[in-house]
Amino acid sequence: MFGVRFRFSLLSLLLLPSSLLSAQTSPPAQTAVTQADVKSLQDAIHSAQMNADNAWMLVSAALVLLMTGPGLALFYGGLVRRKNILGTMMQSFAMMGLVTILWAIVGYSLAFAHGTSFIGGFEHVFLRGVSLAPNTDYAATIPEQTYMVYQLMFAIITPALITGAFAERMKFSAMAVFLSLWSLIVYSPMAHMVWGVGGLLNANGGRIPSLDFAGGTVVHVTSGISALVTAIYLGKRIGYPQTNMPPHSMVLSFIGACLLWVGWFGFNAGSALGSGPLATSAFVNTHFAAATAALGWTIAEWIHNGKPTALGAISGAVAGLVAITPASGFVQPFPALLIGLAAGFFCSFMVFKVKSWFGYDDSLDAFGVHGAGGTLGALLTGFFATRLINPAFGPGAATGAVDGHWGQILNQVAGVAIAWALSAAGTLVLLFLVDKTIGLRVSAEDESTGLDLSQHGEEGYDLNS
Amino acid sequence: MLKIEAIIQPSKLDAVKDALLEVGIEGMTILEARGHGRQKGHTEFYRGREYTVDLLPKVKIEMVVLDEMKEKAVNAIGSAARTGRIGDGKIFVSRVEEAIRIRNDERGETAL
Repeated sequence: MFGVRFRFSLLSLLLLPSSLLSAQTSPPAQTAVTQADVKSLQDAIHSAQMNADNAWMLVSAALVLLMTGPGLALFYGGLVRRKNILGTMMQSFAMMGLVTILWAIVGYSLAFAHGTSFIGGFEHVFLRGVSLAPNTDYAATIPEQTYMVYQLMFAIITPALITGAFAERMKFSAMAVFLSLWSLIVYSPMAHMVWGVGGLLNANGGRIPSLDFAGGTVVHVTSGISALVTAIYLGKRIGYPQTNMPPHSMVLSFIGACLLWVGWFGFNAGSALGSGPLATSAFVNTHFAAATAALGWTIAEWIHNGKPTALGAISGAVAGLVAITPASGFVQPFPALLIGLAAGFFCSFMVFKVKSWFGYDDSLDAFGVHGAGGTLGALLTGFFATRLINPAFGPGAATGAVDGHWGQILNQVAGVAIAWALSAAGTLVLLFLVDKTIGLRVSAEDESTGLDLSQHGEEGYDLNS
Repeated sequence: MLKIEAIIQPSKLDAVKDALLEVGIEGMTILEARGHGRQKGHTEFYRGREYTVDLLPKVKIEMVVLDEMKEKAVNAIGSAARTGRIGDGKIFVSRVEEAIRIRNDERGETAL
């Protein structure tokens, strides 16, 4: 019974604790932990945090650019008649080029430099002072150039949205001048008021603190109202509304809409300016609102027409994304579902009914979706914003109505009203100026030939080659 | 020589081509067309507004045949394309003055 194996095991069992004991009684040699070590550890942690935030922000910037090209280009492009596909896409693409240059030269400075409550100054013209170090006024964990280029993508898409209103009838040259100037006199000031240091509507210390997480007023209300003004000033397309002008490619529009949905994660979740839990909140809210809004518009259309269209479904999704934009980093997930649903119903109503009551030719429903959706979203933000998600006014302070701060809804109304006023006035002035100098609208013959041939000497589809 | 033009439903094209091949007619030209006779269009929706699409997709088949082939061709097309519903289409027969084979300038019935 007590064979060799057993006795060997017993021996090793007896030896084991004694070897442990000898390890404990003679500690290995150690160096003392110095202040320098702690500092370099802190620096490494800070650096890692910054790199994490920067990684997400760079991806977000790319996603937002994707929303313009090719997201919006395809979405709008598919909705116009075949003879205008390139002309429509070129309008978005032109913004990618022109606004970038203007932003670098003066646009960023007018939006985000120190200035008045209405507009920034010239501190950052030619991006002077905009380095790889953070600008702690805006985002302490990312290089200011990241912040600048991220904001640039918003500045690009906003005027591109307006092109939907004057589709199929504006001269390329006139559009380029009009929208470039628009980005300077409407977009930069609005961005400054809502997000810029010292801005009138800035949630941080502005005289009328309004909550706009990712650009409900700055992007959607401004572009939507400007779209309406332009559509009315320019007049209807020849043959509207008697002639049917259905989309020439719902396939392209569908692809564009899906790119917009995915890109919007960069638009909203990126507005957290970091990769932390607030980005998650905005991401979840964005997605939820798109889904319920698509459903809402589809249901409204199913009841109204008897059939749910693909165009209705994707338009609904976009409307929801628009409405959640100002709310995305302030509300809980279930309110996001409600905001989306409301947008689906409200925006479809604006497009189905209100548009024909007034008779304006907002060709691609830039006002119906962005103007109306943005306004609705901004107001609902005042209602649903909660410090449980984002203590925007301080750790203990109520944020929106659900926290008890009902006055926030009034602040939101003020912000929206200022956006309406600035957009309408700025747009009218520019339209008048450009019309009297260059001429805005293409000739009747060019409109009939189509923008692709008349403005660009090209055909979108050469079915014979 | 007779020209036979048939406007048919696009879904019947394969059946008609096969039927014509069976009676010995191989040469034909197919065109994509739009049109309508007494057939009503269909409704589509755009932005909540309903509108009627009058011009429906059709296929037009053209062929030039010897006079003797007329009945065979017309019957082949008719029976292959017929569904009994409005929108089946029409066949027209007209006289052809001259036929020329481009490859070798052959003229007349041998050019067919």
